[in-house]
Amino acid sequence: MAAQIFSAIFVIIAGVGGCVAYFWGANRLVDIIFPSRGVAGAAAIDNLRRQGLIRPWLFVGPAMIILTIYLIYPVVETLRLSFLDRGGADFVGFANYEWALGDREFRSSILNNIIWLAVVPAACTFLGLIIAVLTDKIWWGTIAKSLIFLPLAISFVGASVIWKFIYEYRGAGQTQIGLLNAIIQYFGGQPQVWISLPFWNNFFLMIILIWIQTGFAMVILSSALRGIPEETLEAAVIDGANPFQIFWKIMVPQIWGTIAVVWTTITILVLKVFDIVLTMTNGQWNSQVLANLMFDWMFRGGGDFGRGATIAIIIMIAVIPIMVWNIRQANKETGGH
Amino acid sequence: MAVSTGKSFASRFGVHIAVLIFVAIWTVPTLGILVSSLRDKDQIIASGWWNSFASSTQTEAGRLPPASAQVEKDGKFVLEGNIFGDDPARDISAFGVKSAAPTQYPAGTTADLGDGETLQLNADGSFVMTSTQPFEGERGQRVYYASSAPPKFTTDNYDTVLFSEGIGRSFMNSLTVTIPATVIPILIAAFAAYALAWMRFPGRALLIAVIIGLLVVPLQMSLIPLLKLYNGVGSFFGVPSKTYLGIWLAHTGFGLPFAIYLLRSYIAGLPREIMESARIDGASDFEIFVKIVLPLSFPVLASFAIFQFLWVWNDLLVAMVFLGTEGDQIVLTAKLNALLGSRGGDWEILTTSAFITIVVPLIVFFSLQRYFVRGLLAGSVKGG
Repeated sequence: MAAQIFSAIFVIIAGVGGCVAYFWGANRLVDIIFPSRGVAGAAAIDNLRRQGLIRPWLFVGPAMIILTIYLIYPVVETLRLSFLDRGGADFVGFANYEWALGDREFRSSILNNIIWLAVVPAACTFLGLIIAVLTDKIWWGTIAKSLIFLPLAISFVGASVIWKFIYEYRGAGQTQIGLLNAIIQYFGGQPQVWISLPFWNNFFLMIILIWIQTGFAMVILSSALRGIPEETLEAAVIDGANPFQIFWKIMVPQIWGTIAVVWTTITILVLKVFDIVLTMTNGQWNSQVLANLMFDWMFRGGGDFGRGATIAIIIMIAVIPIMVWNIRQANKETGGH
Repeated sequence: MAVSTGKSFASRFGVHIAVLIFVAIWTVPTLGILVSSLRDKDQIIASGWWNSFASSTQTEAGRLPPASAQVEKDGKFVLEGNIFGDDPARDISAFGVKSAAPTQYPAGTTADLGDGETLQLNADGSFVMTSTQPFEGERGQRVYYASSAPPKFTTDNYDTVLFSEGIGRSFMNSLTVTIPATVIPILIAAFAAYALAWMRFPGRALLIAVIIGLLVVPLQMSLIPLLKLYNGVGSFFGVPSKTYLGIWLAHTGFGLPFAIYLLRSYIAGLPREIMESARIDGASDFEIFVKIVLPLSFPVLASFAIFQFLWVWNDLLVAMVFLGTEGDQIVLTAKLNALLGSRGGDWEILTTSAFITIVVPLIVFFSLQRYFVRGLLAGSVKGG
């Protein structure tokens, strides 16, 4: 263990030192090769121009290399692999895609993903908005927000254990140690095995993600609500609007853009939801989703890279509209330069 | 007027109650594992954690002495003693002789077991069993009883989990993975962000667009090619393919788009006059970056560091693909996932392990919440 700590410290020093040495050294090298001081005017200007051509690439170079290896090349390669067989040797055309369309588990994953997409972003945004409005009105709102925000720091695996304990099931009549079944039994209901209830188990998994992400929606929306000019709210009050009218007709329309950002961010997260399903059910009892199915095929029976890549591509296709929208928004903001 | 004050009081009271309910729903689940991790492991399964401050009642089984211990008294055969033997006495509330009905008779009553046999078990554990026939056999009568034990809190679970279940080791592994994977991207991203914000070069707009596009590329797209690449590099150089270096670089790669995006939008917003006056004074881009931009960017660097730290610490997918699902080097999340499989019903192990995995993020989160929120607000298109 001491060796491990030592090597970790060594890596931090070597990594940071290496980065600093690269940036400083490369920068120095440009100054030496194309000196701008101590040479004649025309040559100095010439060298300055050359420096200006090279230096930006020295700065963005390492980032570009890493992005190419870890994100750009894999995207292209995954697309290629989706047309190859399990070992990645033979071209099989659209066979993997045809397999996916016909596969029962894949179809059930798509269906479940659609339910997740319909429920989780909406629930998080709605709850987040309500909590943001309510906590704004009370003196201990900041503390309340901190506590609701807290699950965002918890890992999905940790959250799964927390909720698995809530859903824990013991036979009817026994002492329930899971909070949910204890409450149900207290009111005279039948305890249930929540995570294997067909269809509804999906919702019990979704609750975990909603529990984690509502804090995110709340924080973003809360800061957007603060940006609403005080006068519009006061004018509405003077005109005799009730709190519900103020909420729906004044507040919500003004923060529509922020709601869209929160919604899409959570949508992307939902498309990639993996940890919760893996740890709670591992896709059993019809709770499979695409990201977990993809992971499963990466290793199932020694791994089928063709099918795994195909599922990844399908997740990617779902993300592309959001990606295009993001790039357009960003271009608008920077004025297109 | 009185009506309207009453109404506003009621509605304000309603707001307090509503927020209180939300706060309860969002904190009680976490509280549950914290409390459970500190309870005695027999009590965890005997009563719900919300009852952990009350005496818990658990059903246990014991065996009376064999036939050889019987004495004959008044024409009856009698077995006497205490069910707890030399163990400390507990309070028995009820007992029974069938596993289907372990609490059939209240403590202190005499149960008629049929065939002329009776059994009396008292609250303190003393028992008298009588029979009209001599007792036979090597094994004594099996007795079930409900006993209540006072609440018991202990840190034993933490000892067990940290030192015998391997969570301590995984904790170190998580730190080993997380710290370099947080520090390395910062410098690389900061230089790139400065160039993209303040230097003019062809292709800059395209690069920015690519980075914004990469923000939302699902991690799943990268896994298979990188797994193949790592295996290829590993077998080519004859080195293991699952190494810390591999996962550091992977997390650096996956974190870079967000890092560059976040830092660029902050650095681009720094006042132009400062840069220009420095340039007129003869400062090079490198000097401007190191002496002006870096110090001014401290808040956003802190935001990103917290983000990346939490993301890497909490990540399961990248860790499972690039470090594996078992062995000495796996991180906390992967270890917890493995324990869910192997120790599925042992809640004292699971709750304690879960609490250890979330304690570091909670500390980071509470001490640096300001920077975390700022990062969230600045970069809420983050895809990961």
